[in-house]
Amino acid sequence: MFFTYLRRELAGRRRQTAIVAIGMALAIALVMIVNAVSTGVKDAQASVLESVYGVGTDLTVSQDPTPPEEGEEGGGRFEFGADDGTTSGDSTEISQSRLTAGFGSTTFDASALDTVTDLDGVAAASAALSLTNMTFSGEMPQRMQEAPTDGTAPTDGDTAQEPPTGGFDGAGGSAFDVNSFSVLGIDPGAEAVGPLSAVELADGRGLEASDAGQAVAVLDASYATSAELAVGDTIDVGGTELEVVGTVTSTSADAATASNVYIPLDLAQQIAGLDGQVSDIYVQATSSDQIATVQADIEEALPDATVSTQADLAASVSGSLATASSLISNLGLWLSVAVLVAAFLIAILFTIQGVTRRTREFGTLKAIGWSNRRVVGQVAGESLVQGLIGGAAGLVVGLAGIWVVNLIAPTLGGSAGTTTAGGGPTMAGPGATDGATAAGPFGGVSDAAGATTEVVLNAPVTISVVAIAIGLAVLGGLLAGAIGGWRASRLRPAEALRSVA
Amino acid sequence: MYTLENVSKTYTQSKRKVTALADVTLTIPSGQLVAIQGPTGGGKSTLLQMLGALDRPTSGRISLGESELSHLPDRKLGGIRAKEIGFVFQGFNLIPTLTAQENVETALAPLGISAEERRRRAVDALASVGLADRAGHVPGELSGGQQQRVAIARALVKEPDVLLADEPTGNLDEETRDEIMDLLEGLWRDRGLTLVIVTHDTAVAKRAERRLHIKHGTVTER
Repeated sequence: MFFTYLRRELAGRRRQTAIVAIGMALAIALVMIVNAVSTGVKDAQASVLESVYGVGTDLTVSQDPTPPEEGEEGGGRFEFGADDGTTSGDSTEISQSRLTAGFGSTTFDASALDTVTDLDGVAAASAALSLTNMTFSGEMPQRMQEAPTDGTAPTDGDTAQEPPTGGFDGAGGSAFDVNSFSVLGIDPGAEAVGPLSAVELADGRGLEASDAGQAVAVLDASYATSAELAVGDTIDVGGTELEVVGTVTSTSADAATASNVYIPLDLAQQIAGLDGQVSDIYVQATSSDQIATVQADIEEALPDATVSTQADLAASVSGSLATASSLISNLGLWLSVAVLVAAFLIAILFTIQGVTRRTREFGTLKAIGWSNRRVVGQVAGESLVQGLIGGAAGLVVGLAGIWVVNLIAPTLGGSAGTTTAGGGPTMAGPGATDGATAAGPFGGVSDAAGATTEVVLNAPVTISVVAIAIGLAVLGGLLAGAIGGWRASRLRPAEALRSVA
Repeated sequence: MYTLENVSKTYTQSKRKVTALADVTLTIPSGQLVAIQGPTGGGKSTLLQMLGALDRPTSGRISLGESELSHLPDRKLGGIRAKEIGFVFQGFNLIPTLTAQENVETALAPLGISAEERRRRAVDALASVGLADRAGHVPGELSGGQQQRVAIARALVKEPDVLLADEPTGNLDEETRDEIMDLLEGLWRDRGLTLVIVTHDTAVAKRAERRLHIKHGTVTER
């Protein structure tokens, strides 16, 4: 009788059933899509983070940048001696490379790595030195033309009669290029944690423990292509020629890896003049529930350090990925909640309206001996099935929506690493300066490899997404059924019959 | 047999106390056909609800056989209604989405009878009221008289001791009224039912063995 009555009611009141089911379906589909896209955005964020911080990194340790002290140079400068450069004809070509600490990062004593490694709950840790290689090169007129060598001042007549020659335009002009790329000094033997855990070999070989102190480098494959470098070539890093032994690509993202160039840590320290210094420590905890404890222990052991978790790192992802994340977590979430509440309210209101309209019906059933439980069960059953119909429709619509999102496959760009002003937490990763296109002050432009990682958004259909759809359908149905059933249970048969007499 | 002793029922309506039944003492023997008449608002329907275990008196006692209806809990009253009392209403009160057969089956649902047995008894009940060929029709496809026949089949399918009819012919024309009354009278005679009919219609009341009149909550014999 229960199923016959239920089937007849739902079929006999098609419009109400359709409205409730459509409302539930739209709400459930929206929640499914938002949930899947949210998961996709989180995966994309993880991809960006992994490309910069490596797979399995639970915590990073860095240090807030400090302003230069009085009398101290804020940054290095290029200095050329009188004999520097190569003179050819009327022009002199000059070129100088400097390897300095990466923009926005501060170095600290490498002994911090030992301090961190010795802490309980630390499974692995490795240190890195984030650097920027700046090359200043250019062409200018031969110095001989600029001033007489006998020490006498030129007369107006001299300059008027001999117009300047040489330089890049042959008329005494000068041109300079400023070229930069990021360099990451890493422990060549530590692949378990750190940036190299998220790369795969594209050509040649990777850095090995035996490479410590050797003049070798591994290049990001994208950068190698843009800089026209290949395995076997040499690259000038801070004035030292290094042999390119391999190229790597990111395992998790489509674009660049954490840095343009990877070199052994001790070599990086030596070239940059930062002996015994590192800029970042990557830490892997023994288990996820140890992360908070390890973070607290590191902060206690290294009071000047900034210790960041994956959640902190996720907040550092910027670009359209961050916009998408913000959109999903704000608009998407609240829109889902609003539509869901509306759908539930519609289901509840229709159920209550149905019970009110069927007062005489339920009164009659109670009069002929139907128990309260049987009447409530009937109302709840009808609502539950309406919810399930909505859930099934919502599942189909939701899956279709997710399919459309994956078909469109929007590309999101994201980069990790920001430095907040005013002493806030410094999240500068080794690749933080990547993506900078250094524009020479005199018009020369050279590209550093862009490390803004572009990730194709993939909204995954997971068991949890399907479970959410079914769960919400059951919840909505039960909620409406419970309220409608409660109302039906309060009908006394005599009053129910009298109310329509 | 019904026994009513000093039964009173009062309602509060807009802060005003309304007496629907006033100290009614009455006995209705088993198998009697009783008609209850009276003006609108006189207490006819309230008395029928008391007899049908749909409501409890404010004071006094009502018994149906060995069962004391005035003090039983709702669950037990529901059980008595399910087994012993059949109802026929003026407005038929059929469930519009169910077929005639399914409407009849609703009366057997609380009795824990198997689906097959329910179907068989519903078909027989419809045949007994002359509607065997209308079993698959929903109420909207039936005339008023046919709907009332379905309602009577629903009331009788569980083979109750008592049939309570509240204005059973109130919505029907004279010809159909007579048909329905013939049917009810025949069933009463054949099955030995206690049949209580509330009616405004004197022609209907005249067919009863016993006529009661109720006015201002007070019952008198006619």
